[in-house]
Amino acid sequence: MEATFYLSAAVAVAATLMVVTRASAVHALLYLIVSLLAVAVVFFVLGAPFVAALEVIIYAGAVMVLFVFVIMMLNLGTSAAVKEREWLSPRMWAGPAVLSALLLAELIYILVWNVPGTATISGRAAVESKEVGITLFGPYLLGVELASLLLLAGLVGACHLGWHTESGWGSRSESLSDRRGHENG
Amino acid sequence: MNEWTGIWANLILILAAVFAFSAMLSWIERRLLGLWQDRYGPNRVGPFGVLQIVADSIKLLTKEDWIPPFADRAVFVLAPAIVAVATLLAFAVVPLAPGIGVVDLNIGLLFFLAMSSLGVYSVVLGGWASNNKYSLLGGFRAAAQMLSYEVFMGLALMGVVMLAGSFNLRDIVAAQENLWFCIPQVLGLATFAVAGIAEARRLPFDLPESENELVAGFHTEYSSMKFGLFFIGEYVGITLISAMIVTLFFGGWLGPLLPPLVWFLLKTFIVIACFVLLRAALPRLRYDQLMAYGWKVMLPLTLVNLLITGAVVLSMA
Repeated sequence: MEATFYLSAAVAVAATLMVVTRASAVHALLYLIVSLLAVAVVFFVLGAPFVAALEVIIYAGAVMVLFVFVIMMLNLGTSAAVKEREWLSPRMWAGPAVLSALLLAELIYILVWNVPGTATISGRAAVESKEVGITLFGPYLLGVELASLLLLAGLVGACHLGWHTESGWGSRSESLSDRRGHENG
Repeated sequence: MNEWTGIWANLILILAAVFAFSAMLSWIERRLLGLWQDRYGPNRVGPFGVLQIVADSIKLLTKEDWIPPFADRAVFVLAPAIVAVATLLAFAVVPLAPGIGVVDLNIGLLFFLAMSSLGVYSVVLGGWASNNKYSLLGGFRAAAQMLSYEVFMGLALMGVVMLAGSFNLRDIVAAQENLWFCIPQVLGLATFAVAGIAEARRLPFDLPESENELVAGFHTEYSSMKFGLFFIGEYVGITLISAMIVTLFFGGWLGPLLPPLVWFLLKTFIVIACFVLLRAALPRLRYDQLMAYGWKVMLPLTLVNLLITGAVVLSMA
């Protein structure tokens, strides 16, 4: 089982590197999906199957489909890929790379020196779906409710922005018949 | 050692059976359509035309496998594989009968939802990689349709999960010992069936390929076995949705007299026949109708179902 953890973790890291370096946006997104799936396997191996399933359903299955949808809509051609490649100059990535290297060093330090015996990585029993629900709606109830209020506000906002004053189909067919009337007249 | 051989036998037999049945399904569908529309359907190759699928697959395999020069090669090749892999993987959690099934997963239902949501990529990426207006439009429609219908597909099943108290499909079947969930969860069944048809991209909801307006939609540029994979993927998808409807709402393998496996296959076949009948009976929806129907009718219905089920479960406890 430990081998599956390292293998999927390696896949996640490699795929994420590919996300950063790809010039084509859709290819980058595909690698991001692979990375999310690999992270889901990591969760599963660590004993959190519920979180793993949600990772696939919500992130890989829903959020990323939206991303792909928007990128497809933009229909970036080869010129965008060329421009993207120009942006990937050392001057652009040196700064973020140093900061990420610091985080990586920290991670390695924690993994190697602070935890004796990395065999039991989580060090606790599997967290089943029931426990997730109980903690979310027990001690964290206020947080969940506040987050849902925030989402509701976003929903109302989107609804308002998408609202047409002359509503939907009726008015469109009306304007169409108007135009036809003008053409005839 | 004995345990391992059992697992492998299960795995290989189920894979072969699913593939064979899904392939046969194209013949079954055409014959049933013929029956209901007062005509013959394919009846030339072999007895009753049973071997039609053999002829079809030889044709598909020997056709030129053409990748358009303007397509995104890697994604174009990858796309048809995703749908076949995702739907076949989802079959791993379907319990056919006691002791028959590939894996007994505690999050079986979630695994099914996860795999069905990954299947979307096949259509979307196929449409995008073809680099063709009609394919791209098909891909757009697929993405929007799947997103809208996936939301209440998951919600529709939560009533079943509440009643059974588990995501494990075997536990869900066991919980239907006294009463099949199609009676207390009739709203859940209705909404899940609609979402299932949309996920399988079957006729009232086949907008991603709608051949009268988009040539062939997302698979316009596909030929040979790459098209064959989309084709098989669709039929495996229908079989999967039918098997899930039977498992979740019609008591899976439960039934008197006949052996469990026979009951399961019989029920699944009846549900599949209903799917085919829908295709024969219903016209295609308009795109805005599809979206409005999903968000304004089906989603509120599933929420009402959740509320009622929650109230009943609370009052019973």
